[in-house]
Amino acid sequence: MRRQIPMLITFLVGALIIVSEFIPHKPFNNLSTSLEGWFLIISGFAIILGQLSLFKVNIIKISRKAPNWPYFIIALVSFSIMVICGILWGTQQQPGLIPASEKMLNFFGVKPFDYIFKYLFENLSATMFSLLAFFMASASYRAFRARSPESTLLLIAAVLVMLGRTTIGSTLTGWIPDSLGFLHLPNIASFIMKYPNTAGQRAIMICAGLGVIGSSLRIILGIERSYLGGK
Amino acid sequence: MRVSFFIILCICFTFSLYAQDITFTAADNPNDDGGALLLQWNVPLSYPEMILTRSIDRKNYIEIAAVTPLLKSFIDDENIEDGQEYFYKLSVLNIEGETLQSFSASAIAKAEWFNTDKISLLIMTILLGSAITYFIFSARKGKRLYIRKISGLDTIEEAVGRATEMGKPLLFVPGIMDLDDMQTIAGLNILGHLAEKVAQYDSTIHVPVCRSMVLSTAKEIVKESYLRAGRPDAFKPDSVFYLTDDQFGYVAGVDGIILREKPAATFYLGAFYAESLILAETGFESGAIQIAGTAMPTQIPFFVAACDYTLIGEELFAASAYLSNEPNQLGSLKGQDVGKAIIIITLVVGVVLEMCGIHFLKDFLVTH
Repeated sequence: MRRQIPMLITFLVGALIIVSEFIPHKPFNNLSTSLEGWFLIISGFAIILGQLSLFKVNIIKISRKAPNWPYFIIALVSFSIMVICGILWGTQQQPGLIPASEKMLNFFGVKPFDYIFKYLFENLSATMFSLLAFFMASASYRAFRARSPESTLLLIAAVLVMLGRTTIGSTLTGWIPDSLGFLHLPNIASFIMKYPNTAGQRAIMICAGLGVIGSSLRIILGIERSYLGGK
Repeated sequence: MRVSFFIILCICFTFSLYAQDITFTAADNPNDDGGALLLQWNVPLSYPEMILTRSIDRKNYIEIAAVTPLLKSFIDDENIEDGQEYFYKLSVLNIEGETLQSFSASAIAKAEWFNTDKISLLIMTILLGSAITYFIFSARKGKRLYIRKISGLDTIEEAVGRATEMGKPLLFVPGIMDLDDMQTIAGLNILGHLAEKVAQYDSTIHVPVCRSMVLSTAKEIVKESYLRAGRPDAFKPDSVFYLTDDQFGYVAGVDGIILREKPAATFYLGAFYAESLILAETGFESGAIQIAGTAMPTQIPFFVAACDYTLIGEELFAASAYLSNEPNQLGSLKGQDVGKAIIIITLVVGVVLEMCGIHFLKDFLVTH
């Protein structure tokens, strides 16, 4: 029974969503939007579970003096500061429990939550994102080693695209007459991106789409039960 | 002189109105839930200005829009009630704003019970659904189905064994999207099989998640897997934990776990964006066996470059069925292959027809 009821709900909701895709008449027309709304409401409540989990896991690690435990204190303190600032003084769009004083606004320029968000959080996020450039360089170095015919092909394509997308590419092949314009590096790079690359991406997307349909049908029909903890 | 010129101009203009077929029609807007009417006109492009007016009693007309001949159509969905007849006038104005000529039409709005724009989608759904159902029943009857090997999935047991031998944990990352993304569900399905192996080998697994809904589901899946493996006591509720909803905050957290815990194997299975390479490269630096899977075409190259095994697109969705080895699920995979064959045939036939100048198939697929 513990599994049958969720499976029945899944079947009914899944079948209704599929049917509503083809029926524009009421009440099917707004079904998908309504269910998306329900999902948002449930996920809004579920965020409390996430925050409790965050608190619990960090407190356990601090109390057990797990390796690097001071970092978990920093995580909890940072979390608490953001929550307190948000609830007490609110944000630029949302008022808090108490209005931000003139002195506070003069000091920070904005509300405390917005200040921390803009000057700490956004910069930390940008720092993490910028790491991507370095990782891309190291991953490319490994991926572009000509170990097999396939990786050699990848290397050649990558070099052509990289050169074609820079001014060096135009300079290197600038002397080629217009009648042989297809040999210009920027044109070769565009060709690779427009045809082989797009074709490959579309193939992956079509197959992934089929995979989504197959998985959805398995879940709706109750064949796939792993998400319920079944086999 | 000026008056005579204006009269000549008006006469020419009046003649030009009759020089070509002028049509103005009103009809129910097709394939909608009612509350809208479609107005279409075919008038000379030389018409300077036109206005659309609406009435419910043919007496009091209210202006609803200023339109041009080039626009050709207009959907009126402002305060339209189903079942009520609406009367429209398309009035052609001169430069002084006087009505030169007007055309009338009327229509009643209604909601449709079937969207004819989606016939091709319905055909595809029926074909695919039938193929999947047929192969599921064939597999149930004991028909042997060939499913090609997926190395990344065959390595799961090896990775868990390696982690057990090394005394190190495994790390499972279910992507950064919520449960409404099929990739996350596919990732969680694999987590169930992986957690069962972890429980059997008495190893440990860390599952940091990015969404609260995923937290509850992943926790339940891991718990059930331990139960199925006959080791409910070994389940640690804190092995599945929430980090943050923020993309790069989550990356920082997971990277920290990889660098501190040095997992023996890392699994990135779900929906990933820019964080994919940061995670995979950090995992590579730590020396872990890495198995990744996503249907994001832009992130697959990163995983291929940095991971030992990558499940590309549909392989991610097929993984759970493949691992379960159940005839029912394997049959559905075979059905998907039929769908792939249908798509390939449609593409090839479509290309050939287009090259021959026959546009029927393309037009049908585009409009339906």
